[in-house]
Amino acid sequence: MPKPMFLSPARHGFRFNWAGRIGLAIVLLWGAVALVGPLITPYPVGEIVDWDYFGPMSQKFLLGTDYLGRDMLSRILMGARYTVGISLAAVTIACSVGVVLGMIAAVVGGIFDMGLSRLLDAINGIPGLLFGLVVVAAVGSSLTVLILTLATIYMPGAYRFARSLAVNVNTMDFVTVARARGERTPYLIAREIFPNILGPVLADLGVRFVFIVLVLSGLSFLGLGVQPPNADWGALVRENIGALSFGAPAVVFPSLAIASLTISMNLFIDNLPTRIRDRSA
Amino acid sequence: MQASLIPYILVARRLGIALITLIIVSFAVFFATDLLPGDVAEILMGQAATPEAVAGLREAMGLNQPAFLRFLGWLGGLFTGDLGTSYVNQMPVADLIGGRLANSLKLAGVTTAVSVPLALFLGITAAMWRGSAYDRMVTALTITVISVPEFMVATLAVLIFAVWLKWLPALSFGAEVGTFWALLKAYTMPVITLTFVVSAQMIRMTRAALIETIDTPYVEMARLKGAGRIRQVLRHALPNALGPIANAMALSLSYLVGGVIIVETIFNYPGVAKLMVDAVATRDLPLIQSCAMIFCVSYLTLITLADLVAILSNPRLRR
Repeated sequence: MPKPMFLSPARHGFRFNWAGRIGLAIVLLWGAVALVGPLITPYPVGEIVDWDYFGPMSQKFLLGTDYLGRDMLSRILMGARYTVGISLAAVTIACSVGVVLGMIAAVVGGIFDMGLSRLLDAINGIPGLLFGLVVVAAVGSSLTVLILTLATIYMPGAYRFARSLAVNVNTMDFVTVARARGERTPYLIAREIFPNILGPVLADLGVRFVFIVLVLSGLSFLGLGVQPPNADWGALVRENIGALSFGAPAVVFPSLAIASLTISMNLFIDNLPTRIRDRSA
Repeated sequence: MQASLIPYILVARRLGIALITLIIVSFAVFFATDLLPGDVAEILMGQAATPEAVAGLREAMGLNQPAFLRFLGWLGGLFTGDLGTSYVNQMPVADLIGGRLANSLKLAGVTTAVSVPLALFLGITAAMWRGSAYDRMVTALTITVISVPEFMVATLAVLIFAVWLKWLPALSFGAEVGTFWALLKAYTMPVITLTFVVSAQMIRMTRAALIETIDTPYVEMARLKGAGRIRQVLRHALPNALGPIANAMALSLSYLVGGVIIVETIFNYPGVAKLMVDAVATRDLPLIQSCAMIFCVSYLTLITLADLVAILSNPRLRR
């Protein structure tokens, strides 16, 4: 049996370069903010604290105030919870379902593989944002709907990726041996295939997370994502789009928050050691 | 089987797959919108409607038929150009979409005309001087643009060109496009935004495709025989990378579909995407369905085109 691959850097002597480390640090930072959000906001999130709207950056309001005079920093810190949380939940569902189905398809093969691949390719043939629009138009927007929709949009991609990796592993001798021993499909995918595709699958999860953040922000920007009074970063940009003509910070900082999260994630994935990222067998 | 037939068989297969996908997609679009809770007839008649009136309307709209029959009717209507009637203003959907579609196509056409040459130039030069400061700058820029949402590119463009430099109007797409300058001004912001979004993908993929070819032994051979860098790339590598590059172009253009939804909304551009977003707000199902199909068809066409180019440009299939 192949040795399971653990992703601990110390064990394998992986070294990330500085760009990758910065990326990882920022991603983890936003993750932490999403967890402890309400504890560190300087003002209660929904409360109007300033008589002026679209206030500038000041000692009192570090990132200015929004269109109702609410503290922007608090809104952004709280928005992290929605943006990161929803995306993380969606990507987890998308990747676990996609990867498991992909491995099963690769191991079982035949009609099952072909039918599933065709069907999921078809879902892949619908542009993501459009799919979101149609679903939201049909059933309305709620956290559950958002998470499930985003997961559905990106599941076929995860399936395709995992299947192509698993097909390669499936032809290896140790899998043939295991099969000759009489092992069944659940054992094969859990013990023989999965450990050998884990690295690239995790990298793919990161890439897909970025896509999901972008589509979620897009939906919220169109007013179809997270609904008021709650707001993720996309919704914050939408709420404060009026600040654009004043050049106020209220519209700039939520955008920067999204950009910092997605760019950092891409930076981290791009600088992963090739041993993890591109192991195709 | 004759070897010369293989490309045609592959093309036919790919077209078949596209057709099946289209049917599944239309199925999905129809039934997703059909899930709408509440009865369409009741919504249309308002609260004061008598049960008899609602029943009459249901009968007239054919809502009593099984969903599958309605799906077939709808699909048949699509093929014959009958897109149904808008729930909200009782106009035929085809009339609502007509002019809007031309506007959206104009926007997409102009963007394509600008972004393809731009992306080709930047992608090829970046691959040519791989690893140089220029290449690293182009790569960093494209990664940044790819990583941020389209609306952020748009808001930044407004902030820079309209608010700070005051060169262009911010969010207005005036009806007055009589003069050439007015036209140019109206189109500039949406086109700039879309060009950024689409080119970033194209540059990245063009660069990758060309570099893959440059790394082959025969280009190394050209290098060893003393061909200059420009000759190596343009004369030796580029012809063989044209297939993958054309594939990358078509594939990146499919990003127009997502981009156009955001851009038309932000700049208030009277295109199909704006129509659809508005229709979502009013839950005008026939309109949403038709717009969604327009986008899915364009997306599928571009993706299929990309695959066809890849098949046809592969010389190994033409022995």
